[in-house]
Amino acid sequence: MDKFDVHTGRAMPLRASNVDTDQIIPAVYLKRVSRTGFEDGLFAEWRKEDDFVLNRPEYAGSTVLIAGPDFGTGSSREHAVWALQDYGFRVVLSSRFADIFRGNSLKGGLLTVLLPQEVVEHLWRTVEEDPSTEITVDLVEREVRAPGVHESFELDDYTRWRLLEGLDDIALTLRHTDEIAEFESGRKPWAPVTL
Amino acid sequence: MARTMAEKVWQEHVVRRADGEPDLLYIDLHLVHEVTSPQAFEGLRLAGRSVRRPDLTIATEDHNVPTQNLLAPIADPVSRKQVETLRKNCSDFGVRLHPMGDIDQGVVHVVGPQLGLTQPGTTVVCGDSHTSTHGAFGALAFGIGTSQVEHVLATQTLPMEPFRTMAVTVDGQLDPGVSSKDIILAVIARIGTGGGQGYVIEYRGEAIESLSMEARMTVCNMSIEAGARAGMIAPDRTTFDYIRGRSHAPQGADFDDAVEYWKSLATDEGAEFDAEVVLHADEISPFVTWGTNPGQGVPLDGSVPDPASFEDSSARAAAEKALDYMDLRAGTPMREVAVDTVFLGSCTNGRIEDLRAAAEVMRGRKVADGVRMLVVPGSMRVKEEANQEGLGAVFEEAGAEWREAGCSMCLGMNPDQLAPGERSASTSNRNFEGRQGRGGRTHLVSPLVAAATAVRGTLSSPADLAQ
Ligand code: SF4
Repeated sequence: MDKFDVHTGRAMPLRASNVDTDQIIPAVYLKRVSRTGFEDGLFAEWRKEDDFVLNRPEYAGSTVLIAGPDFGTGSSREHAVWALQDYGFRVVLSSRFADIFRGNSLKGGLLTVLLPQEVVEHLWRTVEEDPSTEITVDLVEREVRAPGVHESFELDDYTRWRLLEGLDDIALTLRHTDEIAEFESGRKPWAPVTL
Repeated sequence: MARTMAEKVWQEHVVRRADGEPDLLYIDLHLVHEVTSPQAFEGLRLAGRSVRRPDLTIATEDHNVPTQNLLAPIADPVSRKQVETLRKNCSDFGVRLHPMGDIDQGVVHVVGPQLGLTQPGTTVVCGDSHTSTHGAFGALAFGIGTSQVEHVLATQTLPMEPFRTMAVTVDGQLDPGVSSKDIILAVIARIGTGGGQGYVIEYRGEAIESLSMEARMTVCNMSIEAGARAGMIAPDRTTFDYIRGRSHAPQGADFDDAVEYWKSLATDEGAEFDAEVVLHADEISPFVTWGTNPGQGVPLDGSVPDPASFEDSSARAAAEKALDYMDLRAGTPMREVAVDTVFLGSCTNGRIEDLRAAAEVMRGRKVADGVRMLVVPGSMRVKEEANQEGLGAVFEEAGAEWREAGCSMCLGMNPDQLAPGERSASTSNRNFEGRQGRGGRTHLVSPLVAAATAVRGTLSSPADLAQ
């Protein structure tokens, strides 16, 4: 997993609320068994419309997505995170994320940042007026900076540390194998087994 | 201190707790299917890791499987590849798999309970959001992403941040003809698709307690559509009777010990929830959705709402967009909405009781002209049971297609899809744009409403058939 400390990049305004994961990446793309190459599935249905924001040349190369509230609702597909990352996004800003999506994104190294809706609206207007505007997302200071915006955000210390270090969860947990084995020895004798 | 059920199950599974870190939670049962697991197994292979507890892991094929001609190879090469990849992964890593054609093959959330693997007080995970289904037994069950699937495979644990708790109480007794699907659609319409955000919902109250086990699963299944991480219902006699005798249930004296423990799981008197919602059963009638998220629902007696009636501007915009997509006009009575397709199935309503309820309505009746009805059992065992009871024959005589088990038109990853512009009444759980096929329009309904709708061709309840 790549380390994340401070990221500066141009941003794409996605003026839609309740963007569910079926829209982020339609189910048909989930059929793949690989872990990369999902950029073509990102918002595949909406991209069929020429004026959809992803098709607008002025936003090509954006690395920050500014989304409406309740981003990532619906199915738990992690492909939604991969599709956003494979397309080139490193950060999604929204006033509310669906839990599973948020969990998936932070584990996978896509930073999802909660901002007040007024700030989101302000950023929308800013990048719509000037698509070359750069937004800085600073995980060290837990701050978003852009013209007219200097907003701190919350992220728990543990998640932040992991992202800063680029640490993968499994390696962290395997350091506690003894504790897992000890827990297992105390499980109920009739706990269900599949084999 | 008085604790909620969710807190008890959580605390019972903490392997490790350290300041500033998420709790490391032990996972009792890991359900695996072909869509969200390939990259997890790929990750294990790349890192040279193994599956820590194959004996707590079970896999089935569901999302991609065709529901006809099982003996022919899967036509879609990508679907075939996912299924083949799962088979290879299960064989390489020693995981029990129920492949197509096996009696215990089916939708993963139907398979766990039917084998007796889903038990009260356990932690259950699956790379699928409707894992919340298993909470109906008093398990803490939640959907996870593929990297978490990999984590559970490698360590049998998950680092987790604690949930908040919400009580949804449904007082009183449901009217006949009103089902648990109507309860959960009404709950979601009330609290919204984000209303359960961050919560484990515990469903309680008289109307919930009197539900059968399978009806409880329908309620918990759709917790995720309210944004919740999980839904739970306290285990009681209904739960114990359902589990008793199943192939993986505790046997003999173990069962009695288990029941003693299971009884201790219910939320303590005086325990506090972070949020509470109360509904009365007499407010709940057959419910249908009109829009493109499960919160956009009304009673079947109602009509398509006017977007202008929504005070919140984003709800209004969402309603306008939904009506446009659904090709509906404000004010149209829901009963006048005609469908092309009826889908009875899915992990929400593809169990034997659902099929019984629908068959009861359809017995001696015909599917309306111009309507196709797909009946897709949740598992092959459900199919066998239904055939033994003669339900399959009822569906076929009515002119419905009686298929093999799988997710099918719930999400249209197999050939069972809506064509653009087609409209369905569906017992599944999601009416998102394109969910059942590109350009398809979905109305979520209960099995009773699905059956009556198939007969009349417009959204209907069994009461509409009486005259
Ligand atoms: S039946 Fe539908 S909701 Fe259930 S697991 Fe399958 S695709 Fe998901």
